[in-house]
Amino acid sequence: MRPLIHRRRDVPRRDPAPSKWAYRVQRLWLTPVFRSLLRVGVPAFLIVGGLGLYATDPANISRVQDSVAEIRRSVEDRPEFRVNLMSIDGATPILAEEIRTTLSLDFPMSSFDLDLARLRERIEGIRAVASAELRIRSGGELAVTVAERRPAMIWQAREGLWVIDGMGARVAPLLARPRLDDLPVISGDGANEAAGEALALFHAARPLGDRLQGLVRMGERRWDVVLTEGPRILLPADRPVPALDRVLALHDAQELLDRDVVRVDLRDASRTVLQLTPQALAELRRMRALEETMEEGNG
Amino acid sequence: MSMLYQSQRAMRAKRQEAMRRGVIAILDIGSYKTSCLVLRFDSTDELRPTDGVGAMAGQSSFRVIGAATTRSRGVKFGEIDTVQETERAIRTAVQAAQKMADIRVDHVIVSFSGARPRSYGLVGEVSLQTGTVVEQDVARVLAACEMPDIGEGREVLHAQPVNFALDHRSGLKDPRGHVGNRLSADMHMLTIEAHAIETLLYCVKRCDLELAGVASSPYVAGVASLVEDEQELGAACVDMGGGSTGVSIFIKKHMIYVDTVRMGGDHVTSDISQGLQIPAPDAERIKTRFGGLVATGMDDRERIELEADTGDWEHDRRTISRAELIGVMRPRVEEILEEVRAILEDAGFDHLPSQRIVLTGGGSQVPGLDQLASRILGNQVRLGRPLRVQGLPQSACGPAFSACVGLALFAAYPQDEWWDFEVPADKYPARSLRRAVKWFRDNW
Repeated sequence: MRPLIHRRRDVPRRDPAPSKWAYRVQRLWLTPVFRSLLRVGVPAFLIVGGLGLYATDPANISRVQDSVAEIRRSVEDRPEFRVNLMSIDGATPILAEEIRTTLSLDFPMSSFDLDLARLRERIEGIRAVASAELRIRSGGELAVTVAERRPAMIWQAREGLWVIDGMGARVAPLLARPRLDDLPVISGDGANEAAGEALALFHAARPLGDRLQGLVRMGERRWDVVLTEGPRILLPADRPVPALDRVLALHDAQELLDRDVVRVDLRDASRTVLQLTPQALAELRRMRALEETMEEGNG
Repeated sequence: MSMLYQSQRAMRAKRQEAMRRGVIAILDIGSYKTSCLVLRFDSTDELRPTDGVGAMAGQSSFRVIGAATTRSRGVKFGEIDTVQETERAIRTAVQAAQKMADIRVDHVIVSFSGARPRSYGLVGEVSLQTGTVVEQDVARVLAACEMPDIGEGREVLHAQPVNFALDHRSGLKDPRGHVGNRLSADMHMLTIEAHAIETLLYCVKRCDLELAGVASSPYVAGVASLVEDEQELGAACVDMGGGSTGVSIFIKKHMIYVDTVRMGGDHVTSDISQGLQIPAPDAERIKTRFGGLVATGMDDRERIELEADTGDWEHDRRTISRAELIGVMRPRVEEILEEVRAILEDAGFDHLPSQRIVLTGGGSQVPGLDQLASRILGNQVRLGRPLRVQGLPQSACGPAFSACVGLALFAAYPQDEWWDFEVPADKYPARSLRRAVKWFRDNW
């Protein structure tokens, strides 16, 4: 019986052969250089080119910058980084107030906006502050620890009176006349630079008590001791403290400073020179003459 | 002759370049199938002594990394008949093999069986200038061989030195270093029709490939299917292909004769088709499935249905016995074998020390061929399969692939050919600068 479905057995199947272009493309694809180029080179080129196109558009640049800044802002504004108040330790209320006005910080603010090194410089720019330490504590507190300068002396400079500390740094201008019994007084150009020596001299001159009026820096190299009633003591440039001790010892023994002496000159270490008042000099000469006549009379 | 010398040397140069690159393709263009193998050479530095003189000798081991076979189109009698169709077949095979190997191949070595090969034995003789044979003497003696009249439109395909004789000593494989007065050489030259090579070049070029060598398929089939003692003592390889049957004779591991019978399995198929009045694809199927050459009583009872689609019930429901099929096939195969015997007689095969005949090729798979062949060709007939090479797929291990495998071996272990030696200085034209350079190089 003839089959109803026509079987196309006799029709020869067309031979499967690659077309010339399929053959060439496959050969090209099997070339190692081409393959690596297509696998690595083209994606790399596309990525670089796409990024380059995107990045050279100024609108895109500003958009990216804005979004980055926004993200940064949102992180910085988190309450964990917020600073609410400032505490100042180790300063007098007046100084604390001065620090606050100097810094003039507008709380609350983010801790990212606080440049602690610069704030510290500004605080240390205040004369009364020896050193400062800034720290952000947990809880949003900016802790400022201040070491104040201790007033040690009053310096009578050309431009006015200054309170200076033991190192000679100016603490504050002295506007009102202070109580002079508190702080010793020094004067003269460059007196503050030798403040340490002055302190040592004041320490050595404690036996003089209230008679000590102050120290005067002479020629920016040596000290004169000025007393209220008594001679001016000229100290040498080097080793002034032992010289002063010697004067004090002479005073203890012979009450040198209560005598009629204008100045005690210790600048030459080998000898001490005394300048007498004219009356004392005249009296001395008269007594010497008297002694001579008595000797002649005896002789 | 000089043109041929140059072109063959150019092919050798391409082959060496392919060896350096490590990948080469083998293409066997047959009448029935076109197969392509892609070979990878492992290392080229390992020198290996081979027979012969050895200017080219020594190649490395290889493995097959791609193999593909397709039905041939446009090839008749082992020659390219329709260029475009053959080109498509080559493209199909090469593409599939490349895909399997996952690498691109640019150089291809081709073998084909047709184009009426003709063998010539040449003799050359020179007297030695110095007492010892050096390589230039080998080149001189090869150049001194008298060129026979090979006819119009023919080209030399192989020209291999087979034997060297020094004075009265013959049978030298490598005469270099021997001391003597007169050196003579026997050379085997194989010529084919020039148009076949030109068409082949055109086809290969159209496939974007470069031809790195051409070999005769009976020769390479013999290389693959003859074992070593057969090659040494003398044997003939009968490569039964689709369109032609090639015969090659080997002795002392050299090919000394090649010829083809322009008949093959396709003729058996067409006999079946005509005799039983069935289409050729059906005839091919019946031949491969039920075919045989020696009928027994059992074969009378085995019925083969010949289905057809004509609508005539009587015609569509025919059956034949297997004995009838054998009766159709046997005369043609006998005819082929008679032709082979004639060729062997012409070649003087009787005078070889051993007369082993090896049947290989796709046509040798017919059951009963060994019995039939031993009745026609003599007792020492065996069926041959190609050598086992590394990486060859199971599907390409059969006798139909002996030319393919042989071509791979030919690519890996090449025989020295005449053009592997430098042309002696006196063959250059006079007043040539190259001649002067050559003379200096030879003498200083």
